[in-house]
Amino acid sequence: MPKPKVAFYWCASCGGCEETVVDLAEDILGVVEKVDIVLWPVAMDFKYADVRAMPDKSIVATFLNGAIRSTEQEEMARLLRRKSQFLIAYGSCAHTGGIPGLANQFSREEILNFVYKGSPSTVNETGTLPQTEFEEQGRRVHLPALHQGVRSLDQVVEVDYYVPGCPPTPNITKAAVGALLEGRLPAKGSVLAPDIALCDECPRKATKPTNVAFTEFVRPHQRLLDPNKCFLAQGVVCMGPATRSGCGSQCPSGNMPCTGCFGPTSRVKDQGAKMLSSLCANIEPKDEDGVDKVLEGIPDPVGTFYRYGLPKSLLRRKGGLPTS
Amino acid sequence: MENVSQKKNGGEQPRIGFYICHCGHNIASMVDCADVAKYVAQLPGVVLSKDYKYMCSDPGQEMIAKDIKEHGLNRVVVASCSPLLHEHTFRNATEKGGLNPFYFQMVNVREHDSWVHTNREDATHKAKALARAAINRVAHHKPLETKKVPIHPDVLVVGGGIAGIHAAMTLANAGKKVILVEREPTIGGHMAKFDKTFPTLDCAACILTPKMSEVGSHPNIRLMTYSEVVKVEGYVGNYQVTIKRKPRYVDEELCIGCQECIPACVFKEPKFADEFNEGLGKRKPIYIPFPQATPQVVTIDPKVCLNFNKKGEVSNKCKKTCVEACGDKNAIDFTQTEKFEEIKVGAIIVATGFKTFDARRITQYGYGIYPGVYTSLEVERLVNAAGPTGGHVVLRDGRKPESIGIIHCVGSRDEKTNRWCSRVCCMYSLKLAHLLKEHTGAEVYNFYIDMRTPGKNYDEFYGKLLEEGVHFIRGRVGEVTDWAFTKEEEGKLVIRVEDTLAGYVRRIPVDMVVLSVGLEPQPDAQDVRRLFGMSCGGEGFFLERHPKLAPVNTFTDGIYLAGCCQGPKDIPDTVAQAGAAAAEAMQLIDRGYIEQEPNTAFILQDECCGCKSCIPLCPYTAIVFDESTQKAIINEALCKGCGTCVGSCPSGSIVQNLFEDDQIFSEIEGVLSYD
Amino acid sequence: MTEKKWTPRLVAFFCNWCTYTAADLAGVSRLKYASNVRIIRVMCSGRIDPQFVLEAFAKGADGVLIGGCHPNDCHYVEGNYKMLRRYRLLKRMLADMGIEPERFRLEWISAAEGEKVKRVVDDMVQKLTALGPLAWDKKLEDWDREVKALEEHVQAQQTTKEVANA
Repeated sequence: MPKPKVAFYWCASCGGCEETVVDLAEDILGVVEKVDIVLWPVAMDFKYADVRAMPDKSIVATFLNGAIRSTEQEEMARLLRRKSQFLIAYGSCAHTGGIPGLANQFSREEILNFVYKGSPSTVNETGTLPQTEFEEQGRRVHLPALHQGVRSLDQVVEVDYYVPGCPPTPNITKAAVGALLEGRLPAKGSVLAPDIALCDECPRKATKPTNVAFTEFVRPHQRLLDPNKCFLAQGVVCMGPATRSGCGSQCPSGNMPCTGCFGPTSRVKDQGAKMLSSLCANIEPKDEDGVDKVLEGIPDPVGTFYRYGLPKSLLRRKGGLPTS
Repeated sequence: MENVSQKKNGGEQPRIGFYICHCGHNIASMVDCADVAKYVAQLPGVVLSKDYKYMCSDPGQEMIAKDIKEHGLNRVVVASCSPLLHEHTFRNATEKGGLNPFYFQMVNVREHDSWVHTNREDATHKAKALARAAINRVAHHKPLETKKVPIHPDVLVVGGGIAGIHAAMTLANAGKKVILVEREPTIGGHMAKFDKTFPTLDCAACILTPKMSEVGSHPNIRLMTYSEVVKVEGYVGNYQVTIKRKPRYVDEELCIGCQECIPACVFKEPKFADEFNEGLGKRKPIYIPFPQATPQVVTIDPKVCLNFNKKGEVSNKCKKTCVEACGDKNAIDFTQTEKFEEIKVGAIIVATGFKTFDARRITQYGYGIYPGVYTSLEVERLVNAAGPTGGHVVLRDGRKPESIGIIHCVGSRDEKTNRWCSRVCCMYSLKLAHLLKEHTGAEVYNFYIDMRTPGKNYDEFYGKLLEEGVHFIRGRVGEVTDWAFTKEEEGKLVIRVEDTLAGYVRRIPVDMVVLSVGLEPQPDAQDVRRLFGMSCGGEGFFLERHPKLAPVNTFTDGIYLAGCCQGPKDIPDTVAQAGAAAAEAMQLIDRGYIEQEPNTAFILQDECCGCKSCIPLCPYTAIVFDESTQKAIINEALCKGCGTCVGSCPSGSIVQNLFEDDQIFSEIEGVLSYD
Repeated sequence: MTEKKWTPRLVAFFCNWCTYTAADLAGVSRLKYASNVRIIRVMCSGRIDPQFVLEAFAKGADGVLIGGCHPNDCHYVEGNYKMLRRYRLLKRMLADMGIEPERFRLEWISAAEGEKVKRVVDDMVQKLTALGPLAWDKKLEDWDREVKALEEHVQAQQTTKEVANA
């Protein structure tokens, strides 16, 4: 009986999701035993033609991580969608756009100019910028074009399941692969993590106050953080109440507040908006000036509330940017 | 999309019936109803779409019930007037058709559309967008049950003037237990100060005092005078009210009202301004406001009594001859302190009355500057036989006036002070004209803008006055001055006025000027209304729920209004309104329960993560943290349905019935989907 | 559909007790104001989820107006304060996302202030007209064309190949 074919692919990502698969440690042998990995660019060689040659739907599941930012990534996403029965968005970038999603506050031109010319540590006297086409010695070279903005995987192709996290933790990865192999997958479109917010499993839950009233907000570097007390009780913004659990509260356990990488629960359309609503409702002053003073502690609301989810937020990208 | 649960009422497809009302010409003149119905007919889920002349009429309502049965509708949308008016009507019609009444949504195309826009195309366009939103929304509606809240059978009446007295008596005679709270040491209000009332010239005290004593002795009325409401908690049918009992230093149970303590007081002569007589008379530190005061109990004023120091503490520096005179009745008690008492009631009637306009604000009329200028209320005390001058009309310098000018509309119908008409001043000015002429035989001049005498026998009263030789001059008085131009004017107050009917400016010298001051809200009206959760209108009087159809109800269930606190009115209207308020309160109490709009919130217990961020948000402390489940939970009985916790829950785990996220999102999409 | 001259679309969230009643009063008083406003009723301004505001803009609103009771007068005691606090941060965040602050407005309107409803709506419509359309939905549609281009190109290639092989 042939082993089910499985593929891993990466788009606009950092490589952290690939590491999670490796982080399965000895469990990885169990996975490798049961499946036939037909595509895994970080670990094995392949050519595009190989993938194109596969019959449609011959791959049982493709775990695609990274956001869609370039034409190559778009092409591969569409290709793998055709070739796979299940296309699984793996990691925050594929799920909600991830950290690359924050690029949606700028135009492609602004980013290229800053990275290649404007940044303080760049030396580029000739002002060279990457091009999509280049001719040298009679040969024409093509590079994929960057889109004007970042998209999550499901904003380009139909997605069957989502494994959230930046990166997904080994335990939910194992659970996802296990569910797949044993045919126990839930309804199509589900996120393969508990549909309840992080406070449920957070070790600091017992220290949560029932009467929180913010008189200031501080960022983690501004205070010596109590390793046992709820971050919100210490005036630090923690995205936990607005973020799915399932990660084992690794960040709070490491004395850092949750930043929201598992994305929102299914009952919420815009994770950042909900966290904003909850925090603001519990601010103590009643007058405009008093409120504004407290809010000075959140200098970058977009970065704070949409660190991983800007492309999937209701607004998706900043206004006034070019569309092509 | 992710983890979506198909909770749309078991997956049934919406079958929506849409109706747009012409409301005669009110909507149809500006909105093309047939066009809107045509547009809605082709929207997804709409099974029938009609326009009709009067949806709220019986045939209109019957049509809804009939259509539900015949066409198998499972949702109803009516586009007509404001839901604040007829939502209830159409929910009932929906229920009659066999559907849960909350499968209904209303669209406001009258107050928010046809009545406020001038372009037919734009108004029709807007109606379509609003209709679309409702069609979207109603598909997400769930079946709901109204919840029944039991009503506590007692009633609180705040204010012991004629309004409060009549309301309390009506309720008490119907067998209800009433608590009547009055700020002053006695009930009676402003009416107790009047001499005679128009148009019958009944003696005010003669008609009022029997009612006052009935209140004082009624077994169903608990009278708390010299007391104020300081806190109101709870909701309709279940109010907890905290009342502050101010210390009179006299035990109400022991004092028999013999008043022997008053002549015995160490102050041989009364020395202090007497509030009841508008400062025209004097009283002692121990006093009774007027002879028929109810309760018949004296009061000690710690601000001027020698037994108190400047801080209001008992100094025991006085001989206390009052205590001696009281003898073995032992009613005087200097150890009394402020006390707070909490009572439970089901309904509250606010009858806190009015204050008169402060005539010092119109400096050109000379009140407070010239001793011969009086307010109408002061004159009521002068002509009253029980007043500071024993009913003799004498000026502050002892002279008897030979000419009197009565100026109407002082602080009324005036852009610079109060814009409204105080309704009673023309009548009382005529009454005072009559009484003053009777008491003094002086020449009386009334200076008026219009003569407003609308009530029963009012204009006839005016007619009588015309025959009594009172002079009527139509014109708004410019100023009252003591600057004499001629010999006749010396020593007199000159009224300068344009006689608009004669066509020239006149100077009329008089000995006495009476300012007919208007009625205003009490100075603490804003504080009082917040106490009870009411609103005030633009002028500052308490706001009724509807100016025509609900003049005694407020927007807060269980709180009613009576008398001048709602707006200036005369005694007949006040008594009528007090009876109406009593009837409304009785309606509530006799029914025994109230049906609450089921727009409460609930927390999804499986989905709540226990972050506790909702707990401090509820002003009614309806949300508690359950330590055993480690989740938050809402007490439905306390939830008032504001939705603040729903908007704040960061994981979307709180749902508000009737205002669910999906319902509102679909409405937003709807108003924007029609271009 | 004929090209109509653009006018702003203003979505308003009005609380039942004060603002919605004030809008009714404006109607009863037959005051006339701009027809661009579409009112959505909630029980209290405290119910207003920032998601609603974002959704309104994302679906094409040019402006969003929130009406609540005056401070101290909220029918539910303090719901309006919660809205005020959300409003302060949301407004700043919207500006960071390229939505001009004038497009999002919070007004306190009591049940007796029908006149104020008229004034605020007319004023806001005037300001929105001067700012021009926001058309967030159209801009996103435009931007999404860049991922449709490739698929269309591939389809075209497919078809050419089939035609060539036929």
